[in-house]
Amino acid sequence: MGRVFFYPRKGAPVTERQAKESEGVLHLTGAQMVCESLVREGTDIMFGLPGGAILPLYQTLPEYPQLRHILVRHEQNAGHAADGYARASGKVGVAVATSGPGATNLVTPLATAMMDSVPIVAITGQVPRAAIGRDAFQETDTTGITLPITKHNYLVMDTADIPQIMSEAFHIARTGRPGPVLIDLPRDVLTESDDFDYPEHVDLPSYKPTMEGHGQMIKRAAQLIADSQRPLLMVGHGAIISGAFAEVREIAEKAQIPVITTLLGIGSFSGEHILSMGMPGMHGQAYNNWAIDRADLIIGVGMRFDDRVTGRLSAFAPNAKVIHIDIDPAEVGKNVRVTVPIVGDAKRVLHALEKQVEQVSRPEWMSEIDAMRAEHPLGSGHGSGLRPQHVVRELCDVTDGRAIVVTGVGQHQMWAAQHYVFKEPGSWITSGGLGTMGFEVPAAMGAAFAQPNRPVWSIAGDGGFQMTMSELATIVEHNVPVKFAILNNNNLGLVRQLQDLFYGGSRVASGYSANPDFVKLAEAYGIWAKHVTDEPQVRSAIEEAAAVDGPAIIDFHVEPEENVYPHVPAGESVFEMIESPAGREALSWLT
Amino acid sequence: MADVSLNGHVHTITALVHDRPGVLARVAGLFSRRGFNISSLAVGHSETAGLSRMTFVVEGGDWVVEQVTKQLYKLIDVVRVTNISSESSVVREMALLKVKSNKDNRAEIMQIVDIFRAGIVDVGKDTVIVEVTGDEGKIDALIKLLQPFGVRETMRTGRIAMTRGGVAAGTKQTAVPAAQSAPDTEVVP
Repeated sequence: MGRVFFYPRKGAPVTERQAKESEGVLHLTGAQMVCESLVREGTDIMFGLPGGAILPLYQTLPEYPQLRHILVRHEQNAGHAADGYARASGKVGVAVATSGPGATNLVTPLATAMMDSVPIVAITGQVPRAAIGRDAFQETDTTGITLPITKHNYLVMDTADIPQIMSEAFHIARTGRPGPVLIDLPRDVLTESDDFDYPEHVDLPSYKPTMEGHGQMIKRAAQLIADSQRPLLMVGHGAIISGAFAEVREIAEKAQIPVITTLLGIGSFSGEHILSMGMPGMHGQAYNNWAIDRADLIIGVGMRFDDRVTGRLSAFAPNAKVIHIDIDPAEVGKNVRVTVPIVGDAKRVLHALEKQVEQVSRPEWMSEIDAMRAEHPLGSGHGSGLRPQHVVRELCDVTDGRAIVVTGVGQHQMWAAQHYVFKEPGSWITSGGLGTMGFEVPAAMGAAFAQPNRPVWSIAGDGGFQMTMSELATIVEHNVPVKFAILNNNNLGLVRQLQDLFYGGSRVASGYSANPDFVKLAEAYGIWAKHVTDEPQVRSAIEEAAAVDGPAIIDFHVEPEENVYPHVPAGESVFEMIESPAGREALSWLT
Repeated sequence: MADVSLNGHVHTITALVHDRPGVLARVAGLFSRRGFNISSLAVGHSETAGLSRMTFVVEGGDWVVEQVTKQLYKLIDVVRVTNISSESSVVREMALLKVKSNKDNRAEIMQIVDIFRAGIVDVGKDTVIVEVTGDEGKIDALIKLLQPFGVRETMRTGRIAMTRGGVAAGTKQTAVPAAQSAPDTEVVP
């Protein structure tokens, strides 16, 4: 790598360039174009890690002090941090990596963002154009690898194309159903210069997301709601992305429809509202699954009837007609048969629908739901040790339900989803679709950069935390005030639970016998930390951590045998739902 | 003309796409990762510079066709998708067939080729190359008849299709079936 790159710096004596600039045309290097484009798209922070191919971009960064770069310890964490930043801010997150391994390390965060519809622009370096296809050092087919896990991607082969591609990338990432977009930039494309003319607005004839719902369909939906006796709203991430919080509440209150929020829809409707039901599906509140079974109308809003929500499709909501509102036409009719499809932006469609819905009261349906709630309550733990559910409830209490909560995947995620009652929209950040362990550390960091004035709690599993805890160094470097509540059960808890419930208790490769002492680990980074082993210590530990000016880690030694209930076995229905340890006995045929 | 697309759950879908590097990989990748069964795919330039037209033959029920169409639309490079299975359309495929032949049976082969309005485009010492255009049924029938001579190599283009009359497929949501257009003369014998 002994080559010297040439890239003119701003202010370098390039007479032709100076002449053009005096005419109002910027003549910039590819790297400067990327930075200039980022500034124009409103980017103020990016997460990344440099390497040879992307270095021209990094060496240009000092010219753009308004672009804050956070140097991470692993590119995967750059991607998740951009994801957490995007979800917490509503803006586009930006991640930067070099070619080859830098780019392949972005695969997991890109897939995570794709599944959860999160707007990210990933910028990767590539080997110089002449070297492409020759298996050059750190060469990989980045656009090929990321093709199925990005909303769109670009390999830039001409410096002059950069402004158009950058503006398209941000437009595609943030509009319609959001998603990740990757831009692959060969090193010599970054170093060459050309005129920079940034498009005023983007017009892609082949990409026009439908925003307004079809009038006739909205009318039919209103009629279905009027005719129904037992309707349910099922609200997902789309409602949060479009900011349809007021609209969801208004329509729910006016038409007296109980609101179920999917895993990613949590926070779209206040958990304290009398019509709030919680989560459906595999580990949702049991009464929700019974309510879905009884419902005669399901109104899906910005959600995709995922298999974790529906269980066995043939047994899902057998008595219900379905109104499906989604901005992505491909989701409508993909998994369940839809009576009234409405393609459009959740906020706008609900706003139009609310006007046509009549004010009603449904005392019979409400009392039926109350009875189901009483008969199938959400349990608060069965084990004898420190209950993880108790930790989440105390955390919710201390933070008044107003913290930003970030999780990875597994038991800790489900307990957090079940027991933290969110009062504010857009406060729940979790890897839903892809189910990415380790998401909780870098995504919480990204969220804290986006919302420096709000408390950010990462509820972590001991497994996931160890996957990405290298980011603690970055967190300390910038004194990011992320608080970690590790629900430490020395297990891959949900794997262990599956083994116990469905594999006759054969615990293969799910136990950790040599977890580190997380408090000593924190000391090594200079982070405040504490062990908690008993329930009476929980509250004061959380209060202490919250008061720390900077990051903090609490290692909760929770009961390792605790399971998440209910548990609808994969591919089964509400009738196979296991609601407690005793419920397992009745289902012995399952193993 | 017997259009297989109307029975046996085989559908002809055309897509107008931006002619950019990787667009074929995007489309092909979409089919494989979504588990759609694609039995033929043909690509070529369209009447508009910068746009290509693809013809797919997809197997499956209505759900599959609906998903294929919707998922194709999600690709940024795809401009328009049209399912022309139910439209009155002209469907063609071209094939080159290398058939074993000597001076004794060449006349017999030429006779068969003539009946199919196909042509012989190369004559070698012990082979001929037959060029044939038609729908899949016609080409299958010709191959079957030439099989006894020994078909050494076949090269087929995959189906291309165009709706009759009206506007070009892919410029409007649904092409208009035109009853007044000329009947298809290239019918399987």
